[in-house]
Amino acid sequence: MRARRSELKNYKKEQYDFRMRLAAGALLVLICFGILISRFVYLQFSRYDHYQTMAENNRISLVPIAPNRGLILDRNGEVLAQNSFVYTLEITPAKVANTVEETIEELAKLIEVSPNDQKRFKKLRAQTHSFESVPIRTHLTEEEAAQIAVNRFRFPGVEIRSRLFRQYPQGKSGSHIIGYIGRINDRDLENLKESGDLSNYKGSDHIGKSGLEQYYESQLHGITGFQQVEIDAGGHAVRVLSSTPPVPGNNLILSVDSKLQRIAEEAFGNYRGALVAIEPSSGEILAYVSQPGYDPNLFVDGIDTESWKELNESLDKPLINRPLRGIYPPGSTFKPFVALAGLEAGKRHPPFSISDPGFFTLPGNTHRYRDWKAGGHGSVDIRKAIAVSCDTFFYGLAVELGIEKLTSFVSHFGFGKPSGIDIKGEMGGLLPTPEWKRRRFKQAWFPGETVIVGIGQGYMLATPMQLAQATAILANNGKAMRPHLVSAIQESKGGQVHSVPAEVIDQIALNPKNVDLVKQGMMDVTLPGGTAARLGADSEYLMASKTGTAQVVGIKQNEKYNESKVAERHLDHALFITYAPAEDPKIAIAVIVENGRHGGSTAGPIARRVMDYYLLGKEPPSAKPAVEDPSVGAPVTPEEHNHVE
Amino acid sequence: MLNKLLKRLVRHIDGFLMSCLIVTMILALCVLYSASGQSMSKISTQLINISVAVSLMWIAANVSPQILERIALPAYVLGVLLLISVALFGEISHGARRWLHIGVAKIQPSELMKIAVPMLLAWYFSRRESVATFKDHAIGAVLLAVPVGLIMKQPDLGTSLMIASSGFYVLFLAGLSWRILIGTAVSIGVMAPILWTMLHDYQRRRIEILFDPYQDPLGAGYHTIQASIALGSGGLAGKGWLNGTQSQLDFLPERTTDFIFAVFGEEFGLLGNVLLILLFTTIIGRGLVIAAQAQGTFSRLLAGSITLTFFTYVFVNIGMVSGILPVVGVPLPLISYGGTSLVTLLTGFGILMSIHTHKKLVTS
Repeated sequence: MRARRSELKNYKKEQYDFRMRLAAGALLVLICFGILISRFVYLQFSRYDHYQTMAENNRISLVPIAPNRGLILDRNGEVLAQNSFVYTLEITPAKVANTVEETIEELAKLIEVSPNDQKRFKKLRAQTHSFESVPIRTHLTEEEAAQIAVNRFRFPGVEIRSRLFRQYPQGKSGSHIIGYIGRINDRDLENLKESGDLSNYKGSDHIGKSGLEQYYESQLHGITGFQQVEIDAGGHAVRVLSSTPPVPGNNLILSVDSKLQRIAEEAFGNYRGALVAIEPSSGEILAYVSQPGYDPNLFVDGIDTESWKELNESLDKPLINRPLRGIYPPGSTFKPFVALAGLEAGKRHPPFSISDPGFFTLPGNTHRYRDWKAGGHGSVDIRKAIAVSCDTFFYGLAVELGIEKLTSFVSHFGFGKPSGIDIKGEMGGLLPTPEWKRRRFKQAWFPGETVIVGIGQGYMLATPMQLAQATAILANNGKAMRPHLVSAIQESKGGQVHSVPAEVIDQIALNPKNVDLVKQGMMDVTLPGGTAARLGADSEYLMASKTGTAQVVGIKQNEKYNESKVAERHLDHALFITYAPAEDPKIAIAVIVENGRHGGSTAGPIARRVMDYYLLGKEPPSAKPAVEDPSVGAPVTPEEHNHVE
Repeated sequence: MLNKLLKRLVRHIDGFLMSCLIVTMILALCVLYSASGQSMSKISTQLINISVAVSLMWIAANVSPQILERIALPAYVLGVLLLISVALFGEISHGARRWLHIGVAKIQPSELMKIAVPMLLAWYFSRRESVATFKDHAIGAVLLAVPVGLIMKQPDLGTSLMIASSGFYVLFLAGLSWRILIGTAVSIGVMAPILWTMLHDYQRRRIEILFDPYQDPLGAGYHTIQASIALGSGGLAGKGWLNGTQSQLDFLPERTTDFIFAVFGEEFGLLGNVLLILLFTTIIGRGLVIAAQAQGTFSRLLAGSITLTFFTYVFVNIGMVSGILPVVGVPLPLISYGGTSLVTLLTGFGILMSIHTHKKLVTS
């Protein structure tokens, strides 16, 4: 009995203890579920907006659609820059099966993957996210594309894409006009951020880097379209919610005639140099040569190191845009402007003439500033001074005018400041003044320095563009037009053509008689007795010109020493400015031939070819340069040579 | 006649508990339909799973607790032997050795242990007529540690933790002294750094990411972040059935299995979540009532453990999906897709029903 009672008691106690434990368990359940519910309240109530936004960001993606870039056409509609579909082989690093390196190795067994391709890939890969695709090969042939397509299953993360590529069908011709596009880099991004255009470049990989591609970027690029798509976690578009199509970029129509351009370029032969041809009445650029050029196609998808090295380190400096960034002493081509300055200041009017002893001296000084012709030119008036390029005449005139008066007059012709052409990076040259010298060197101006500025030497520096512009202004009787390469912009939508209006930037008040006198002198240059008499001998039209020579100061320290090249590169630069027909100017040209020695014999014939084609439609004998190769060493008769001592 | 048969059929089924389970499983099928991207094949597979599980539940409900008590030890021994053979000959899948081939079928012995362990411990304590001593608890702890250790080695952290907790509940309900309980808690706190070094790298990473999922948003933290976004963006009333963007657009990983609660929470919102918790609370409450009314030490310990283990599943899974617990592979009971866990769970509920209904038979 007792035992049973105790067992019963035990049983009751055990049940009681158990129920208390169960109650503790129930409490645990309630506490834990309470924690869960408060967590739900936090997530789904307090932080609802935050998570709602994150879910939308997850779900909806704006996919930019890059617009097609505008075309660049010459004045006759010939294509200078276009877009063409190209097969590219691209790798998305995040999706490849093994390592990217192994994948490339395997791909290289199927198609050619050059070390340059690999280098470029590495460079691009470092700049992109691992979930973005990076091209390993561009311009696949149909055969190569098929090879890859057949083996595609072996290469996860590898795709063939058809991309629009910028293409420059003219190659080297006109390369410095058109420039090129390249991949958007950090600096471009910074600029885009500043200008507020970044969002318009969401889908774009490329941007204009130089030339017209850069200057007219906003016209050429177009407006990026957007697609609002719902995406899944893999980033694949599930459906399109809304879509705004892109607006293609506008087309540029140039005033440049690419046939004329090619003729001008070929005329240079192996010479380096620059040529700018302008229509004086409008400021339209007809030809714009910088020799040698380069192939802009190399730059479109990132230039490989070898090609870049070759271009960048070449002694010929093919990447320098010579018309805008080559600064040369104008030499005797400056004389017509000095002459006009004198006439406008009431000096040197005929019948004024000097008796040239072959040198000039400053009063109270025995130093002789020599004329290029020993013994002098005899009796020289202003017209003859231009025709024979008499140094003595201009030495005296410059001194009498004074440096300030001279420079302030010629500055109206565009010397010393950028011309305002529609390409970036233009240099202003140098129109020296005492004030400039004080600032630059903290030194006083010497009268002797004025003497040599009179013949375009000394501190005086000008770009080929400035010389062409000055010539055009003179031909246009003092009416300065803004020079421009783009004559019209064609809207991508609707195709309306908006021509770029000719813009008068300066109207120099000149006495027509004075202008005529200078022009007469320039016409005489290619007539018997002039410095380029041979050039005009068989011409069907009358031209007004001026020859010039500029001394090469020396070889720069950092240039490589090359015996045969250096000797040639010490030779003087040849210059030539001209316009024609003299009585009704249609074209004004400035030519500089580096190390070409004599303006009349090397630079002149190049200009003549351009004018022959432009004015008469005369095509030169096929691809024969207008001047002999400098290495051949053509005999040259000494026409003029400035000595500065 | 038919009526009689039906009555016989449901004699050992607890109507209240069964109703709750049916409601939950219907809800589960709806969520699965949405989470699987409206896949009818998954629904039909899950329906088969449910039928199998309900059948086993029915069988368990009709087996008297006395029989269970008798098979407790053999089941446990068999389970341990199977676990050892898994460790020796098991099939490796997803980097873990969990499955064992027996002829035509593959079995996961750790699932058997989910029932066998609490059964054995309940059997062990029921044999002690007097109040359980410290020695009893120590022996119980060893009996528990053997299968838990083997499963942790597989490695299957989630299952071993669940089995450990089911065993712990038996010890706790059998009167494990609070002093030992608190002492153990303190010593675990002290041992934690040592345990930390014993964890696998991926387990350690899971705990690290738990505290800061944004450390690795595309890797280990991805699950947690996407689940939080799914729940949070559900708001008060949810985005509506089949309209959860996180779920439908593939952002949620494992969304039919371990993370199915995120789909539910996104589509039904705070309101749905609270209702689901209430539903679970009702099931747990019913289980606790059954345990409280159970006769005999074996029955009540087993009933209490089964009920509290079910709660633990719910809490650990929802806690992990809502980002307050580390991501351990524990499915949401009754809701997650898959047959294995469902079979074990419903067998457990069958045992509860058996305990409840057989008791009535005895008293009457």
